[in-house]
Amino acid sequence: MSGLFLAKGGPVIPSFGKPDPCIKHQHWFCTSWVQKHWGDILQPALIQHIELSLLAVGIGFGIAFVMALIGFRFRVLDAPLGAFGDFLYALPSLSLFVILLPITGLTWTTIEIPLVAYTLFILYRNTISGLKAVPAEVLESARGMGLTRMQTFLRVELRLAVPTIIAGLRIATVSTISIGTIAAFLVADGLGKPIFDALEAPDIFKTELVAASALVVGLALVADGLLLLLQRALTPWGRIR
Amino acid sequence: MPGQAAELVFDEATKVYAGREGAAVHELSLTVPAGEICVLVGPSGGGKTTALKLVNRLIPLTSGDIRIDGRSIRDHDVVELRRSIGYVIQQVGLFPHYTVEGNIGVVPRLYGESKAWTKTRSAELLELVGLDQSYAKRYPAQLSGGERQRVGLARALAANPPLMLMDEPFGAIDPIVRMRLQDEFLRLQGELRKTVVFVTHDVDEAIKLGDRIAILREGGVLAQYDTPAAILSKPVDKFVADFVGLDDGAIARLRARADVPR
Repeated sequence: MSGLFLAKGGPVIPSFGKPDPCIKHQHWFCTSWVQKHWGDILQPALIQHIELSLLAVGIGFGIAFVMALIGFRFRVLDAPLGAFGDFLYALPSLSLFVILLPITGLTWTTIEIPLVAYTLFILYRNTISGLKAVPAEVLESARGMGLTRMQTFLRVELRLAVPTIIAGLRIATVSTISIGTIAAFLVADGLGKPIFDALEAPDIFKTELVAASALVVGLALVADGLLLLLQRALTPWGRIR
Repeated sequence: MPGQAAELVFDEATKVYAGREGAAVHELSLTVPAGEICVLVGPSGGGKTTALKLVNRLIPLTSGDIRIDGRSIRDHDVVELRRSIGYVIQQVGLFPHYTVEGNIGVVPRLYGESKAWTKTRSAELLELVGLDQSYAKRYPAQLSGGERQRVGLARALAANPPLMLMDEPFGAIDPIVRMRLQDEFLRLQGELRKTVVFVTHDVDEAIKLGDRIAILREGGVLAQYDTPAAILSKPVDKFVADFVGLDDGAIARLRARADVPR
């Protein structure tokens, strides 16, 4: 195998540094490579991935929240807004990237638009169902005690919707982190880049593939855990049952 | 914040729901003197709850008027009106995300009272409704049905309202606890002397608690409004007699009331 690469005359795998017995023999995972390229490949990709995921979920939540406020206030719009989210979610991500390419170019905008679009489905649905799930007797007592519509919304409905909203954020965040890897198909940023690089390497560079994928999974789990902690902190009443 | 007790007057109060045949409450006229308990009782469809909710404008009047200490409820700002009336419902409706103390403090906080003030007030009220101070920091999910209703009562009393509206407050509570809550409610009322409108479908409860009982029949028509003794001794018609179930048991229950002359 290695003789074949050497016959081409160049280094074994040019972008991956000097040949190493582990790499040369195409083992599944080479710690040495990870140690060597943590600083120049994996860490920057991880940071970019965190940035692009945060941006997508942040913007997505902003839009979904406004949509949910509108759908909650004007109930006739709830179903159409939900259907809009479904529609966006159903669009194949690769086609969406390619359609946007001539308009927004090879920029983060092109990546972010589909990522944001995918979060809307779950964030809209969860936010509005959390708002709608407040028990009728709680709303009646709020009204009967003389809370205004706005006070009821801010002090009761929104507060009680927090667990459902955060549940939505958890799903949206995990799926954005995962889908975000596809973005490197267009713009060579984020953890998708080492994955695509590994796939394009001759015979697939398994170590890079495994390392980057593991980082994607690890990042998703950490983000999920952090959101769970946030939910616990915001809803002290929820743990007592 | 509001004061002692207010006189409540229903003046041909009528509610007709759009698209529904007949009235839910039909020209209801009665006066609840300040500091008395008026129990609204009657079969389902009698409009008891509707009549109650007309008072704090959770349901708007179709015609007629309701006055609290001579002032029409229409002349109040609706939010101010509701804050000045204690409201207790069967499902209690405590805020699940507030502690007991937070729940009791809801209306005082709306009046702009400080956290420290509401804390002291909630401690007073917990004692008043017979709950230990350790309940202050608990959440509603940690309470039994009877405890929740005590907190519901404390919450309704927090801003010292002159008028209390109670919609089957003990309806979902098991009979033994219900009896105890009724007794404590009477003891409380002995101290506080609020004007109370109390809805129930339970005649025994009406007789036990009411200074006066208003019996509503289907279509929200007032059949009789009088003291329990007068209703039991002189029911105006067969409907009332049947409804209060004039039998030996009812007479015995009546006799059990300390304030009824033998």
